[in-house]
Amino acid sequence: MSLTTFLQQCLTGISLGGAYALIAIGYTMVYGILRLINFAHGDIFMMAGYFMIFAMASLPWFIALPVVLIVTTVLGVGIERVAYKPLRSAPRMSVMISAIGVSYLLQNLATYLFTALPMGYPEIPVLKKVFKLGGLSASFVTFLTPVLTIILVYLLMTLIQHTKMGMAMRAVSKDYETASLMGIDINRTISMTFAIGSLLAAVGSILYFTDRMTVFPFSGSLPGMKCFVAAVFGGIGSIPGAVVGGFLIGIGETALVAAGHSTFSDAFTFVILIVILLVRPTGLFGEKTTNKV
Amino acid sequence: MSANRMINTEKRRNCICTLILIALVLGICGYLEANKYSYSYAISIIERSMVYAVVAVSMNLVNGFTGLFSLGQAGFMALGAYVTAIFTIPVNQRASVYYISGIHPAIANAQLPVIVALILGGLVAAGVAALIGFPVLRLKSDYLAIATLGFAEIIRACIAAPQFDTITNGSYGLKSIPGFTNIFQPLALSAICIGLMVLLINSSYGRMFKAVREDEIAAEAMGINLFKTKELSFVISSFFAGVSGGMLAMFMRSIDSKTFQVALTYDILLIVVIGGIGSVTGSVIGAFIVTAGREILRFFDEPLFIGSFEVPLFRPGFRMVIFSILLMIVVLFYRKGLMGTNEFSWNGIFAFFKNPGKKKSKKMEGKA
Repeated sequence: MSLTTFLQQCLTGISLGGAYALIAIGYTMVYGILRLINFAHGDIFMMAGYFMIFAMASLPWFIALPVVLIVTTVLGVGIERVAYKPLRSAPRMSVMISAIGVSYLLQNLATYLFTALPMGYPEIPVLKKVFKLGGLSASFVTFLTPVLTIILVYLLMTLIQHTKMGMAMRAVSKDYETASLMGIDINRTISMTFAIGSLLAAVGSILYFTDRMTVFPFSGSLPGMKCFVAAVFGGIGSIPGAVVGGFLIGIGETALVAAGHSTFSDAFTFVILIVILLVRPTGLFGEKTTNKV
Repeated sequence: MSANRMINTEKRRNCICTLILIALVLGICGYLEANKYSYSYAISIIERSMVYAVVAVSMNLVNGFTGLFSLGQAGFMALGAYVTAIFTIPVNQRASVYYISGIHPAIANAQLPVIVALILGGLVAAGVAALIGFPVLRLKSDYLAIATLGFAEIIRACIAAPQFDTITNGSYGLKSIPGFTNIFQPLALSAICIGLMVLLINSSYGRMFKAVREDEIAAEAMGINLFKTKELSFVISSFFAGVSGGMLAMFMRSIDSKTFQVALTYDILLIVVIGGIGSVTGSVIGAFIVTAGREILRFFDEPLFIGSFEVPLFRPGFRMVIFSILLMIVVLFYRKGLMGTNEFSWNGIFAFFKNPGKKKSKKMEGKA
């Protein structure tokens, strides 16, 4: 493999990893607060893809983008209100089944509304412009993804560390009951978490699908699971961890595909999951928890 | 004395009722079998329900009775299905099944009777489960769910991988699998499987499973070896999932790796949830309701005309939307499902008839 091909593959991997990182943040934040794997997160990401197709059909791209972001955020918060809020005090298995149910519903709804056939993803001319850098050539979106990811993560970290809402989020994820005794509005905080997660998933979806070009009702489920693995890898609840995990999984997967093992590139993610859970169950940056009786 | 006699009459009554129910089920099956050409649709629904009942009970054994949230069922079913298929496809038809890449010489002439192949399929699934169990069962609830889901995907990826083309026929799948000869065959198979699992649940092992489900730390303090108990439950459940996978292969006559996607696990989870997590009879009833319901709701997929007006919502895919909304309603508002953790009993039914008003589901029980 020549150096140029190698760098080209690296670039693809980093770009894919950036999209994964944005989705993984949604998982890690929701898990940090609700202790719930939001199985529907991958499908929210898929729905964002469909929203973009329909928004672009009638609107110019600079209006379509914010519309898609807003609609996806509303969808995420709505799902939390309808499917998770009534189960706040229920056993964890019920909430998880509810999450699986929502994922199932979104997939079936997408199949019904948009048919199971892949639909072409609209091209945003700015993002598709091909750039050449030395021997490398890639569309603008490939260069943009990692940069945008880093910027968004920086903003998110500032939000969490330095604002009142961020402080409330940290408090709720530490101790749910005490936080509510301190006068923190739990439901509002949780809604906010879902809003941020869905917003980032929408951004990730635009970056991811611009490269892939088609959306179909199940295109969210596998990336969703991979991003959850990324979140676990980095230590669930930790945002920098999710970003590192996302990049690593994106790069690893691209490397496997480049080496000609594309059948196993999906299985690779789960192998990573099991290895990390065995070696270091709390992930790279996770906090240790102790078992209380 | 009189209390004793009352219990005795109750017992006799229940015994008679059970015998009547069994006779009824056998009678219905016999009738369907005798007229199988006019009832082929009903027969196929019943056979599919029986297959799903076995895997639903096996999932309930792990999820409902041992409290391990495992989502690997589809993977174990895939193993059972492929093993059964590989050893039961008639030897003279194998050349036409493996026409793309040829058949591996080791299995080219290996043929086993159906029962042996099914058990072998179950054993392979159980063996893989035992290996997987070592790392995975040390994980806690949601991690376990995602890890088992991941393993099921790995199994599926391996089956579809071109490296195993001469064994699994890769993405072309296997066909010409001999089907059930009559409706009594799946009936007997599923009755035996479910019966064995009920015996296990009611044994001291079953009580160990329930102890682990209720409180792991307390169970450990009582001297239960947590890991061994979980592994036992996981392996046995996978065995029966493998057997039911083999039955599914026989029912469908042709399989490929796409049959065993995560969606299959979700379907089975749906059955378990609707029937009630922790109720064997609930799972069996759930299997019949879900499978039959899915067929009955089929009219949602057809265009509907009232007079000459076409109702706009009815087109392909609507059925599954209705189905998933129903699932969400069950999850959100009837969290216990049909049976909760209760089991079907004649006493419960007679109590219901004497004192109506308390809701209780009935019927369909003995069919599996």
